[in-house]
Amino acid sequence: MIGEWLDIGWVDEIPVRGSRTVQVTGGGDIAVFRTGDGKVFALADRCPHKGGRLSQGIVHGGAVACPLHNWRIALDTGEALGEDKGCTPVIPVKVSGGRVLLCRTATMKAAA
Amino acid sequence: MEHQTPSPDTREHLVVIGNGMAGCRAVEELIARDPTRYRVTIFGAEPHVNYNRIMLSPVLAGEKTFEQIVINDHAWYATNTIELVTSDPVQAIDRAAKTVTARSGLTVSYERLLIATGSDPFIIPVPGKDLPGVISFRDMADVDHMLEAAGKGGAAVVIGGGLLGLEAAHGLTLRGMKVTVIHLMPTLMERQLDEAAGWLLKSALEARGQVILTEANTAEIVGDTHVEGVLLKDGTVIPASLVVMAVGIRPSVALARDAGLEIGRGIKVDDHMVTSDPSILAVGECVEHDGNVYGLVAPLWDMCRALANGLTDSHSGYRGSVTSTKLKVAGLDVFSAGDFSGGGACEDIVLRDASRGIYKRVVVKDDRIVGAVLYGDTTDGGWYFDLLKRAEDIAPIRDMLIFGQSFASGGGAADPKAAVAALSDDAEICGCNGVTKGKVVACIGAGNTTLDAVRATCKASASCGSCTGLVETLLAVTLGDEYSGERLVKTMCKCTSFGHDDVRREIVAQGMRSIPEVMQKMSWSTPDGCSSCRPALNYYLLCALPGDYKDDQQSRFVNERLHANIQKDGTYSVVPRMWGGLTNPRELRAIADVVEKYDAPMVKVTGGQRLDIFGIKKEDLPAVWADLNAAGMVSGHAYGKSLRTVKTCVGSDWCRFGTQDSTGLGVKVERMTWGSWMPHKFKIAVSGCPRNCAEATIKDFGVVCVDSGYELSVGGNGGMKVRATDFLCKVATEEEAMQYCAAFIQLYREEARYLERTAPWIERIGVEYIRERIAEDPEGRDALAARFLFSQQFTQDDPWAARAAGEHREQHAPMARFTPIDGTREMA
Repeated sequence: MIGEWLDIGWVDEIPVRGSRTVQVTGGGDIAVFRTGDGKVFALADRCPHKGGRLSQGIVHGGAVACPLHNWRIALDTGEALGEDKGCTPVIPVKVSGGRVLLCRTATMKAAA
Repeated sequence: MEHQTPSPDTREHLVVIGNGMAGCRAVEELIARDPTRYRVTIFGAEPHVNYNRIMLSPVLAGEKTFEQIVINDHAWYATNTIELVTSDPVQAIDRAAKTVTARSGLTVSYERLLIATGSDPFIIPVPGKDLPGVISFRDMADVDHMLEAAGKGGAAVVIGGGLLGLEAAHGLTLRGMKVTVIHLMPTLMERQLDEAAGWLLKSALEARGQVILTEANTAEIVGDTHVEGVLLKDGTVIPASLVVMAVGIRPSVALARDAGLEIGRGIKVDDHMVTSDPSILAVGECVEHDGNVYGLVAPLWDMCRALANGLTDSHSGYRGSVTSTKLKVAGLDVFSAGDFSGGGACEDIVLRDASRGIYKRVVVKDDRIVGAVLYGDTTDGGWYFDLLKRAEDIAPIRDMLIFGQSFASGGGAADPKAAVAALSDDAEICGCNGVTKGKVVACIGAGNTTLDAVRATCKASASCGSCTGLVETLLAVTLGDEYSGERLVKTMCKCTSFGHDDVRREIVAQGMRSIPEVMQKMSWSTPDGCSSCRPALNYYLLCALPGDYKDDQQSRFVNERLHANIQKDGTYSVVPRMWGGLTNPRELRAIADVVEKYDAPMVKVTGGQRLDIFGIKKEDLPAVWADLNAAGMVSGHAYGKSLRTVKTCVGSDWCRFGTQDSTGLGVKVERMTWGSWMPHKFKIAVSGCPRNCAEATIKDFGVVCVDSGYELSVGGNGGMKVRATDFLCKVATEEEAMQYCAAFIQLYREEARYLERTAPWIERIGVEYIRERIAEDPEGRDALAARFLFSQQFTQDDPWAARAAGEHREQHAPMARFTPIDGTREMA
């Protein structure tokens, strides 16, 4: 099991209703979000529409609005909400002892 | 070493470490199943019999005595022939010899051992944490300590705005101390409550005189021989003679770890609470079951039942607990259960009743309740929790779910329309304005057939808006098919039934001070708004409370958050300010250097007489700003809903037609107006003569210099729909031109809707209105200009300088980097 989870830092390092990114060398960034009630989610940092950086969007409820064209993406499923259709890869994430852990294989797959 | 004299009792010996709620409850459960099977010895670290730890708060608050919170008195131990060893914590377990040894040296052998050591309070490792006067809130001794300190009066600081901290603060306040609560997170009890409920709780506690500091980080506890105060990381010092640390608890596992038992976050147990040693069990807050640790009472009772079943060979086993929290925090009712994070396929059903201080939110997914948060009225908490646990299909009662069990299960008449129709004429509909159902119906009957008309005429739903649904139902009931159900005013967004103007008016009228407050008082239907209303509310509050309102970064669009323009590839473009369009070699060199140094693929002259540097990476932005700052340049706010640029021509200094120093005036106007936040972007131009080279007649505010003075015009733009300005008036001096400009901007800032540029605003309200307010009302004009200049003193700080100095630096750097190497993935 060792190495299945990537420790990326303290949960407090992510602003509430905001996000931080994780860079994967040779791949796309991962966006790690924290919602108003303290839940943590991770998505590939690209909107299914035109690749906008979801990490830079406004987080509201359990969704993020893409900064380029305001598509709303559900943080837990990566699915576009409302009339829009599309999906962003989701990375399983857990918080343990205040540390944020990303699923290693999913991280690498999403960044590829 | 003292050994216990061999007991004549030959029954199997069960030794329990921990005389708390879990240890004793487990023994109770055991006795209930088989009172004769085990001989029991219980070790307790405290000098007391088994008491209810949850009730320490009422003891502190003076509502109960210690005797009233005892669960099992000495008679219980005697009746059940339980040997109780108090004030003597167990310090070692010898698994090979099957003995435990306590601090006094007393060693007892066991056949079965039960560890119920509970949790230890978490002490944050700051300097001064060991000073006398710094305590936790965990046992009766802590309560005695607090009572003694409170007897001397003075001030206390409670670190931690969770349940325990707030209970301690409440008790100490009732005992006469001046209490400050320091909480690291933005809202109180963030694990149990969402932002809205947390805000309500904070407001209620503040109304009782407590000082609540959120997002406050403790740096140090100060004092020489005794606590004298708490120093926060931002430099604030709060004097205090008592500091209560209530930041959290951790499973107490030291004893079990030393004995070599398997430990995760807690002592690992199976479904019958058996540890990695088959002779040793563990129960309560010290255990980890299936990856979970619990800090609540209900799971503990479940565990004790499973444990007793195992010990008496009636196997059932513990399968984990779904938890809910129903609490009275300092006398205020709160409830939460399940997962209330929402999002995705989840839907929120929200009820906010501002005048009664009630907030209810039920999170529904696939017609099943998955979470709930209640504040102020928790009577239906148990019902929601029951529906959640049973995964009941709530589709049939969905319309009425949020009104609670009594309403939703009102049999066949459970139609909200019928319920409202059945109300008596005396029933109060609008609590804020004291309007009865009879009055509303009469008002509708008099021809007010829309919500807005009702609001305007009889004032129902015109204040906090929480009765909007009721008024709309009355419209529907009274008018039948004639009622279209549609409001004439467009609402701000899907989260509210109010329009922008309503919201702005109420923010000022009710003196609202924060986004959660607006959402609660105006009955928002979502827990924390959306990407439309949050930036608007942030702006309205900023405009209403200059210098006072704390800007919410997370309610700003990325461009304003990062002070640069996001481009389609995710890079940013950077525009330094060029006052009135003027520049010099030093600035040009600095821009050229930045373009080379950061490999910017393009630099372009903008329409607003500035240079735009494209293709800057997010992480390079602070360095770019630092370089531009070093050459004396500040942010051009080319990204913001703010004053962008003041375009000028060359004016009388050089131009053969120029009539006034238009360039100089442009610089002065830009110096006055830069940094101001607006409902939308805002552009100004000053032309030196009617040839209008600066294109002043398609700007939000334009000045055309003529021989006899300055012609002012407003409301132009070159946007999707080009609009030339409307003439406002003519003034004689530069000073007047500046004064009128400031007044116009402030009128726009205070009255336009967010994301409404001056052109549509003026077309909506009419230029006559602007003339009345600016040209024909000298007092009003001066007051507007004064308000503008007052708010400017708080915003004319270069945001780039603050960022280059490291403020919010985390927004620019990634949290972590990974570099995959040769198929194996390693962290860089």
